[in-house]
This record gives sequence, C-alpha cells and structure tokens, in this order.
Amino acid sequence: MEAAMGLMRRMPPRHSETALSALLSLLPHNSSDLLSQVDLPLQVLSDDDSGKRFILCEYNRDADSYRSPWSNKYHPRLEDAPYPSSKLRQLEIEANDIFTVYCDQYYEGGISSVYMWEDDNEGFVACFLVKKDGSKTGQGRRGYLEEGTWDAIHVIEVGPEEETTRYCLTSTVMLSLTTDDVSSGTFSLSGSIRRQMNMNLPVADGHLCNMGKMIEEMEGKLRNSLDQVYFGKTREMVCTLRPPSEVLPMRLPDS
Amino acid sequence: MAEEEETELSDDQKKGIAKWFLVNAPAGEIQYVSKDLKLVLNDDDVYNEAASEAFPVYNKSHLISLKMPGGFGDVLVTSYGELQDNEYLDPKTAQVAIVDHVKQACTKVRPATDEELPSAYVEEYRCALEAEILKYVAEAYPKGSCSVYCTNGKGVEEPGSDFDLVVVIAAARLSPQNFCNGSWRTIWNIEFKDDIQRLELNGKLLVGAHYFEEGNVQLDTKHECRDSTMFQSPDDTAISVANLIRRHETAYMASLEESYFKLSDNTFKDLRRKLPITRTLFPWRSTRQFSLKREISEELGIGK
Repeated sequence: MEAAMGLMRRMPPRHSETALSALLSLLPHNSSDLLSQVDLPLQVLSDDDSGKRFILCEYNRDADSYRSPWSNKYHPRLEDAPYPSSKLRQLEIEANDIFTVYCDQYYEGGISSVYMWEDDNEGFVACFLVKKDGSKTGQGRRGYLEEGTWDAIHVIEVGPEEETTRYCLTSTVMLSLTTDDVSSGTFSLSGSIRRQMNMNLPVADGHLCNMGKMIEEMEGKLRNSLDQVYFGKTREMVCTLRPPSEVLPMRLPDS
Repeated sequence: MAEEEETELSDDQKKGIAKWFLVNAPAGEIQYVSKDLKLVLNDDDVYNEAASEAFPVYNKSHLISLKMPGGFGDVLVTSYGELQDNEYLDPKTAQVAIVDHVKQACTKVRPATDEELPSAYVEEYRCALEAEILKYVAEAYPKGSCSVYCTNGKGVEEPGSDFDLVVVIAAARLSPQNFCNGSWRTIWNIEFKDDIQRLELNGKLLVGAHYFEEGNVQLDTKHECRDSTMFQSPDDTAISVANLIRRHETAYMASLEESYFKLSDNTFKDLRRKLPITRTLFPWRSTRQFSLKREISEELGIGK
C-alpha cells in the first residue's frame, strides 16, 4: 500500500486516473484503501428534476447510484437508499444554495455540490465539492487556457454540538492547466495537494458560517501555495537548468 | 464492477501496466518508481521483463548521460547514437559505450569502427559544429551535456550530396532531498541540402520539472521551431548554426519565464480568482440570517 501511494506521488498528475486504475487491477484486495486515499478528478451527472448538474463522490454514492443535492433523488433510481435526516437535509439545502453563490464569486462559473450525513458520534460530516473547467471552450472567461481544470474536495467533520464545536477540515485541490501558442508551444502544469485544518468555533455563529469561513481560508491557502510555492519551485528548477541571465538579442520591432 | 476487478490479470497485462509506470516516471525518478513497482507487482519475472523493455525506452527519451570508464567522459544515451540495443556511440571520443539499461550504467567502452563513423568530409562539419555547441552549452547550461551525430549520409565523401546532423542537448538536475527534479532536452535536426546550398533546422525543446514535497506538481512543456541558414565552410556553418540554436533556446527560456509571469495574475484566474468578484471576503456571517440564495444574492448586490 505504501509503495502504491509512492507510485501515485510520482506519476504525472494528469494521468492519475490511469495510474489508479492500473493499481486497482494489480492490487484488487486493496481497492477500498486505494479508493479512499487517492483523490481523482471529479465526475458530474445531470439531475433531470432540477435541470442542474451535480458532482459525484463517495459521499453521495450508494451501490452504483448517486444522490443529487438539488432534488435529493438518487440517479439512477434506487430503493432503500440512505438519506440525511430532515434537519440535516435542511442544512444541506442551505449549504448548496450558499455555496453556489460562493462559487460564482470565486470561480465565475463551475459546478458545486454539498453533501451531509450523520456520523457515529453525534456530530455530522459535510463534503463541499467544486469543479471548474477554465479552458477557453469551457468557462474560462479570459480564454487563456487551452485546457484547465480545478477540482476541490473539502471534507469537514463536525463534532457534537457544544458551545464551541470542533471542526476538522481536510481539503484536496487537483488542477491542471495548459497554455498553447505558436511562439512558445505548450506549457502545462498539473498537480494535487492536500492539507488539514482544525478549529474550535462558537456554534452560535452557525455551522454554515463556520464551515464556510474555514473553506474560504483553506482554498485561499491552497491556491496561494500552488501558485507561489509549487509552481514557483518548478520555475526555480527550470532556471537552475538554464539560467535566464543571458540577455535576449535585440528583436526587430515587428509589432 | 467489483467482479471485474477480482479477475486475475495475465502476466502480459501486468507487464504492460509495469511498463506504463516505468516509462511515465519523471526525470531521474525511474529507480524510485521501479523500487515501489517491484513491491506492488510482487512478481520478479514480470518485473524483470517489463524493466528490460521499459528502461531502454526511458533512458533514450530522457537522454540520460552516463559516465564511461577509462576517463572518456560522459556518453549520452540517445536513439541517434544507438548502434545496437545496448551500444551507444559517443561521437566526441569515437568510443562506443556498452550500456546496462536497467542499472543505468556504462559497463565497458570500445573504439568505434570506421563503418560506425562518418566520412572525413562529413566529420569535418560535425566536429566543427560540436566544438561550437560545446562552447555554447558550457556557457548556457551549468550542467549540460551535448552530442552531435550524423544520422543520415555519413558515407558522403565530397560536396554534391545531402547529409543530416543532429544536435542533442540535455541538462538534468536531480535533488530528491529537496523534493525536486527536472530536465531540459533539446534536439536539433539539421539537414545539409547540397542542391540549394542551405541548411534546414528543426528544433524540438522539452522541459520537465517535478516538485513533490507534500504534493505532486509537474511542469511539462514542448515547443518546436524551424530555421534555416546558408551552407558554408565547416567553421562558418558551425558558427551560424550554433548562433541560431542559442537564439532560439534563449528566446524559449524567455517565453517560459513569460508563461510563469502571466500565470499568477492572468492564467490562474480562469480557474479560481484570488478574491471574489466583489474583492472582499465572502460574507459568511450574513448566511445566518439569509437562508435563500436569492436573498443572499441581493445582499451581495450580485442578483442574477
């Protein structure tokens, strides 16, 4: 299992699906471990009742069906499937509505879904998902990207309700982007990082407010560290390979 | 679905998967990948067969550089210098390196035979170009290697026929202790066209980098370009070809810098903005009072 995770850390992130399915076929007995430890780009289904699309993950799956956060129905239909309690479903509905607005503001598009379910120790778990296609054929407003995807998975375990409640957040971001132009060819970066954050927050502020703030802070951090640290390190590496100190020969003013 | 996963794979299927992992290893990481892969496969026969097929492919595509015994310096493992499966010509020293692909080591050298080397006429051009490229690589790459091969028309004895040279430049930097590896590879194919007295250059530039401290982020770039120049004396040709290569590679490096520069302000924004459209953090606090999206949208002044 450790070796399998070692391989996942080295394979190109844009091939993570191929790598995982290869590992699953080599290690059928570890399939549940692999599926729970490896994050893959998110898949989307259309909810015919609401006309909206929703994101698929382990948390809204039962057998081969997935529950839509919009209609609360399983696709395809499923008898005897689990549902959150009506109180939690109410929170889930609100969370989905608000998270849609949040995503509009940060992602200028994209698909979001929030799922909640009760856990065994009197608390609950919430999973906030975002999928954005930022390519110029997708929802990239500026048209810079030939290909560009951002997938974010935030899982928050919320402890039993007390005056200050404990929130444990685990977030993963997977992204890939490619630019392509005649003068510089294809330039592509892809990657994934996962981080955790724990906080004790006053329940009087409301679960959505508490969870939302944590997610916003975490997404900001992840974006920043991908941008500054991770991309920065690859740039540093390129500059070590061929230092850009040479001055570019004068170009004729052709533009 | 679960049943399909349970079916036992054939050895051929396992070998195919093993080769996929090895060939897709980032620069300088195939030995780490092979160590993990051995454990996952748990089948030495399948692993050994996969390794014997995948390592040569990987070594040649990554243009790895190996130290030759006997003080001959380094040899580049490339398809252009490949004489047989494990024999690679080093044109600089006119030695042939015997390579153990899986160990990534050069075990022996032997002098190249006359048939393996270009004619004196072609060699004059090759050697002059090699000297210029060596100078350029020493200046531009802190740890670069290069080779100039004749890939076509090595028997041409005098003016009147075409021949091709290939310039290969490779630089790799491996610092696993800093969780970072990378490689720069450029391949220039140069057609010496006798009838029109011109040289056609075709360049392929590939850069890769991998940073993996608590994550896995990889850069992968590819660029192709062309140029041409006059067919002159060996020394003049070498100088003008080396200048063209220097110019294109310097421009490419500048364009990579430009891509990085644009990344955080422009490109990344199409995936996720740093701040919301409103340029202030999201008003989560008001979500306590507002449970409906419409109301929240109104509150934020972004009603649809």
